Amino acid sequence: MSTFVSDTLNVMNRELKPVWREPMSVVFAMIQPLVFLGLFAPLLPRMADGSALQWFVPGIVAMTALMGASFTGANLMEEMQSGSHERQLVSPLGRPALLIGRALKEVVPMLMQVAIIVAVVTPFSFDLHLGGVLVAALVLSLFSIGVGALSFALALASKGQDWMFWTIQQTLLFPALLTAGVLLPVDGAPRWLEIVSALNPMTYVVDAVRALFAGTYPMDVVAQGVAGAAVVAALGLWVGVRAMRRSS
Amino acid sequence: MTRGLTRHFTSRKQTVEAVQGLDLEIGQGELVAFLGPNGAGKSTTLRMLTTLIPPTSGTASVAGHDVVTGQRDVRRAIGFVGQGNGAGHRQLGRDELISQGRAHGLTRADAHRRADELVADLDLEAVADRKVSSLSGGQRRRLDIAMGLVHLPRVLFLDEPSTGLDPQNRINLQELIQRLHTETGSTVVLTTHYLEEADALAGRVIVVDHGRVIADDSAARLKSGLGDLVRLGFDSAASVDRAAARLSRVPESRVDVTSESVDLRVKDGSAMVGEVLADLAADGVPPTRVEVARPTLDDVFLDLTGRSLRETQQTTDPTATTRTESEVAA
Ligand SMILES: Nc1ncnc2c1ncn2[C@@H]1O[C@H](COP(=O)(O)OP(=O)(O)OP(=O)(O)O)[C@@H](O)[C@H]1O
Ligand SMILES: [Mg+2]
Repeated sequence: MSTFVSDTLNVMNRELKPVWREPMSVVFAMIQPLVFLGLFAPLLPRMADGSALQWFVPGIVAMTALMGASFTGANLMEEMQSGSHERQLVSPLGRPALLIGRALKEVVPMLMQVAIIVAVVTPFSFDLHLGGVLVAALVLSLFSIGVGALSFALALASKGQDWMFWTIQQTLLFPALLTAGVLLPVDGAPRWLEIVSALNPMTYVVDAVRALFAGTYPMDVVAQGVAGAAVVAALGLWVGVRAMRRSS
Repeated sequence: MTRGLTRHFTSRKQTVEAVQGLDLEIGQGELVAFLGPNGAGKSTTLRMLTTLIPPTSGTASVAGHDVVTGQRDVRRAIGFVGQGNGAGHRQLGRDELISQGRAHGLTRADAHRRADELVADLDLEAVADRKVSSLSGGQRRRLDIAMGLVHLPRVLFLDEPSTGLDPQNRINLQELIQRLHTETGSTVVLTTHYLEEADALAGRVIVVDHGRVIADDSAARLKSGLGDLVRLGFDSAASVDRAAARLSRVPESRVDVTSESVDLRVKDGSAMVGEVLADLAADGVPPTRVEVARPTLDDVFLDLTGRSLRETQQTTDPTATTRTESEVAA
């Protein structure tokens, strides 16, 4: 096994230890999307076929993935402040492994959260299409890795200054959610908003997840979703590895 | 080992010359202490030697590898205990030891075995399976040190290893470092503010101040250049003056007078003290109190820089001002 692979696995396993030990932390991390779900679902228009909930749930799933992964840099920030990041930088672990191992770990809490949401809504007239949900989970995994990597890059760039990390993270989070059409459809929005939405890779991820959760497999939409997630992942890993190489 | 090693930091358009042209040669198997006050550049030096930050200019090699071009090799050869906590606060102590061992290429079984050994060695049995954030400062420090020792490094860097340890654990740590040093022949480089620690541990003490080496010698020799302090107490000012006049004839010595005592600083003072007492008694001024102190590294620092390591304490110490005044008078 190459050093890169074993280093990456080492980093990922270490990051996962607190997740296995305290699985409840995964639930706490998704309180916000759950509250949104609880507050918005009763307000959804009552359609005979229950399609409103069917439309809304995938958005909440994507929102959960975005939030969870975008918060994750805070853990690295804590390690930068305490000195354990420094200790790892002095160890022989490769810089790319330190970033990629962490980013890969994001998949696990995200999958747990998707499972929780699906389990919560299925009793409420939500039509579960397991095959579609599984394919959507793959797309979201790629997306989470990318967002996680971006969050780590932001933590590294903030050099342990909490306010900088949180200000930038919060400033980007809600525009990303809204322009991706997570909470409200963007159809019929002003032109500029439509353009922003079209440029937001998350828009395509959300569209694909919606189609897949409905048990449909439109090839173009799914392919665009995969491409959107892949763009985020590639960008995140590239920026993240660069930031990690510069870290001291 | 280092050649003209220099590091500047620029923040808010101000340049801090943290380390200025360090030239050092540390041999395999040496045990060296960097001693200096806050901000002297100790951590910065260690951070350059452990590949964390590149030098602004100059070069350094550790274990035969350049710290810039051979980073990976340096990292494989060294152990580093930084000034912060190496163990992640959300992790379990033992898990961190195992993961560190794996990072250094130990097999799973070896990493477990090594973690068990270190847990026993550093007396961490009771806390190794707890979350690191729940450990006391001293327990965390011991865990950090254990992490630095996982792979029996050829060169071990310790940045203020004893910070937060109680006196007993400080002694344990010194024993551990010395044991590691004799058993494995590792080179050990540590930083400290504790004069006693540099003295007790290191064969060689490098005193740094404002990014420069101001002394580099064995603790014993640094001190012997300074002589012992013989403090003689008297019951009256007249006796003090008379004794001071008499003692000023002791060759190669320095006499400082305070209101009720005379300080004689002289090489081998502890051996001379009998003679001095007899002489003063014969002169009719027998001292009422006698103290003999081997010089501390604090004295060394004061002597080298004109500042004490314990500056703040000194300014509130009334005897210090008296002594300075008498020096001015003399
Ligand atoms: N990242 C940095 N940016 C700006 N200045 C820095 C940085 N790191 C260190 N310095 C400055 O460099 C000087 C040396 O710092 P260093 O941490 O090496 O001191 P030290 O000898 O380890 O002190 P201490 O005993 O307090 O740990 C200080 O003046 C410090 O403020
Ligand atoms: Mg320091």
